[in-house]
Amino acid sequence: MARVVAAMSGGVDSAVAAARAAEAGHDVTGVHLALSRNPASYRSGARGCCTIEDSNDARRAADVIGIPFYVWDLSDRFHEDVVEDFMDEYAAGRTPNPCLRCNEKIKFAAVLDRALALGFDAVATGHYAQLRAGSDGLIEMHRAADHAKDQSYVLGVLTQEQLRHSMFPLGDTDKPAVRREAEARGLLVADKPDSHDICFVADGDNAGWLREKLGDRAPNHGGDIVDATTGETVGSHTGSYGFTIGQRRGLRLGTPAADGKPRFVLDIEPVSGTVTVGPRERLSVDHITGTRPRWCGTVPERVEGTVQLRAHGAEHRAVVHVSGDRVDIDLVDPAEGIAPGQAAVIYDGTRVVGSATIEATRSVEALR
Amino acid sequence: MTDRIVYLDHAATTPMLPVAVEAMTRHLSGVGNASSLHASGRAARRVVEESRETIAGVIGARPGDVVFTSGGTESDNLALKGIFWARREQDPRRTRILATAIEHHAVLDPLLWLGRYDNAEVELLPVSAEGVLDVESLRDSIARDPSSVALVSVMWANNEVGSLQPLDEVVALAAEHEIPVHTDAVQALGQVPVDFAASGVDALTFTGHKVGGPYGVGALVVRRDLPVSALVHGGGQERDIRSGTLDIPAIAGLAAAVEASVKAQHEHAARLTDLRDDLVRRVIEVVPDAHLHGAPSGPRRLPGNAHIGFPGCEGDSILMLLDARGIECSTGSACSAGVPQPSHVLLAMGCDNDQARHSLRFTLGHTTTPADVDALVEAIGPVVERARAAKGL
Repeated sequence: MARVVAAMSGGVDSAVAAARAAEAGHDVTGVHLALSRNPASYRSGARGCCTIEDSNDARRAADVIGIPFYVWDLSDRFHEDVVEDFMDEYAAGRTPNPCLRCNEKIKFAAVLDRALALGFDAVATGHYAQLRAGSDGLIEMHRAADHAKDQSYVLGVLTQEQLRHSMFPLGDTDKPAVRREAEARGLLVADKPDSHDICFVADGDNAGWLREKLGDRAPNHGGDIVDATTGETVGSHTGSYGFTIGQRRGLRLGTPAADGKPRFVLDIEPVSGTVTVGPRERLSVDHITGTRPRWCGTVPERVEGTVQLRAHGAEHRAVVHVSGDRVDIDLVDPAEGIAPGQAAVIYDGTRVVGSATIEATRSVEALR
Repeated sequence: MTDRIVYLDHAATTPMLPVAVEAMTRHLSGVGNASSLHASGRAARRVVEESRETIAGVIGARPGDVVFTSGGTESDNLALKGIFWARREQDPRRTRILATAIEHHAVLDPLLWLGRYDNAEVELLPVSAEGVLDVESLRDSIARDPSSVALVSVMWANNEVGSLQPLDEVVALAAEHEIPVHTDAVQALGQVPVDFAASGVDALTFTGHKVGGPYGVGALVVRRDLPVSALVHGGGQERDIRSGTLDIPAIAGLAAAVEASVKAQHEHAARLTDLRDDLVRRVIEVVPDAHLHGAPSGPRRLPGNAHIGFPGCEGDSILMLLDARGIECSTGSACSAGVPQPSHVLLAMGCDNDQARHSLRFTLGHTTTPADVDALVEAIGPVVERARAAKGL
């Protein structure tokens, strides 16, 4: 029996995860992470992870499971480590993934450290991923049995030490089964909608949120949209942070492309504010340079496996070379629309080897 | 998990006294609306009026002063808004309301609301490091323009740190200019002597569940000759300033609890003072840098209140670790999402954010025993040590 902190967002997954941990005989304490000092201000509605309603849902789930429940205030840490980073990254023309960041810095760092210091042994969450003891005595993290729901990508930043103190009780189950189980356990969140988007950005309006929050920190408040093929200015925008590589919608281009085909964001230059667009072919990259690697176990030199380049993205066959803090990823099949700032998570089969933050990409057809 | 719960949060709510349970349950299956004219209605009315007389008798009020409400929050709202509106109606220059910075949210929030939506000028007066109103600041504030003060509201005793407020001086200052005084006596009744007439206040709030009565019932004791505008409009059941069908069983339970707790007050306070002093002394023996917040033990402090700072800890962590050992206490104030905010009371007393967050309130009551104190003293050392390890992580 272990003493376990179950991080309870107020959603169905973390509720069932907590229930399973308790049923497995662990001494479970439910903890809702308050990530905003003023819960209503970050978003309204009940899809995120930081509303009063979510906190109440988590509390009611803990009541039903029969475990103690507390709210831990992580709002300062969350703001510093996740929200500020999110703004900095967009301001620098990159596309961050705040969920990975939250797992790396909050759920399996600030929360885990506090839990361990308070006498707990582990943190359990409702993530869909599987932990297994490997033959070398290390804990391995694998994709969830339900590949459609697999969340190992957002956990790819966890180190062996973090994995040793983690529990993912849902890794062997698919989502419909989790909902059925929640129903059977009398958890009222059984049919609560899945959370989407970024929990602290209301309405999923990234660009609007960034415009409001960045203020003077925005690298620019507008610039040209330039066609990579012709070099012509084909439109303008009100802030380059509103764009991400591979984006097609919302470009509002005045001049149609000569070939009549849709254009995509190929490059974002935060200093000049220039956003470069071009045809889809130009989005293909065959090499990725990564930095800030995080390894789940032993540090590899070379991995011949697959990489995943965005949440719920496809797997790409790849050969990965590691040299200190630098990770070179050769894609066997090119990938499209790869944004610096996103994580490349490296897999050997279903096993997560580690991850790196994408720093640069090389286009198959280099920009002219 | 332990089987026995050590309940040290009586200031949040205290168990009902057996006499109150008996009085309340006796009326639960009866019928009769106190406003009805038939025999059942008259019987219900009789319970209400006897309860009113009982309460008035033990708190130094006349029965007609006692207005039943749903509890402390409603009584505070009625007093502040009702007296402010009535006084301003008499004289539109009366726009100021003076209160301490350490009032309960049931006072602070109505005041902030009046300031924001009703053009009231609210002045929150400073307190000492012990959590006692700075009387000179009240004197200065009134003197600036006495005729513009609609109302002064000063709590009888602070709910967090237990400091009693200098109500005599407040009343004397206000009386010079015939300014009415309201006091929130929710924490004081049954703990220290409370006599409405002798205190000289014009309105006084108390509630059932803090004196061993039921939840959801309380009263505003308010002089009959003081105009009060209604807040809840309807049938006008309570002196036309509070409407709603009266809750007979709750009122009967309330009266029984008020009577019993006021009659037992002296003995109760002496017993709790000894237990509290023992608790504080022994906790500080185990955790030498722990320290008591608020007024020192004695006549200026609630007998059952021990508000203790544990440097280097988060109060939340200690609370959770004690809870896991079956010992229940409070970190002070919490917001609706359960996110602990640093206490406005401690901040007003000059504590910084860290000091405000490392504090815990233990409050003793009629069911507290020496064994409860022993249990806390035994647990607190290791708990504080663990909480310190977790601080800042």
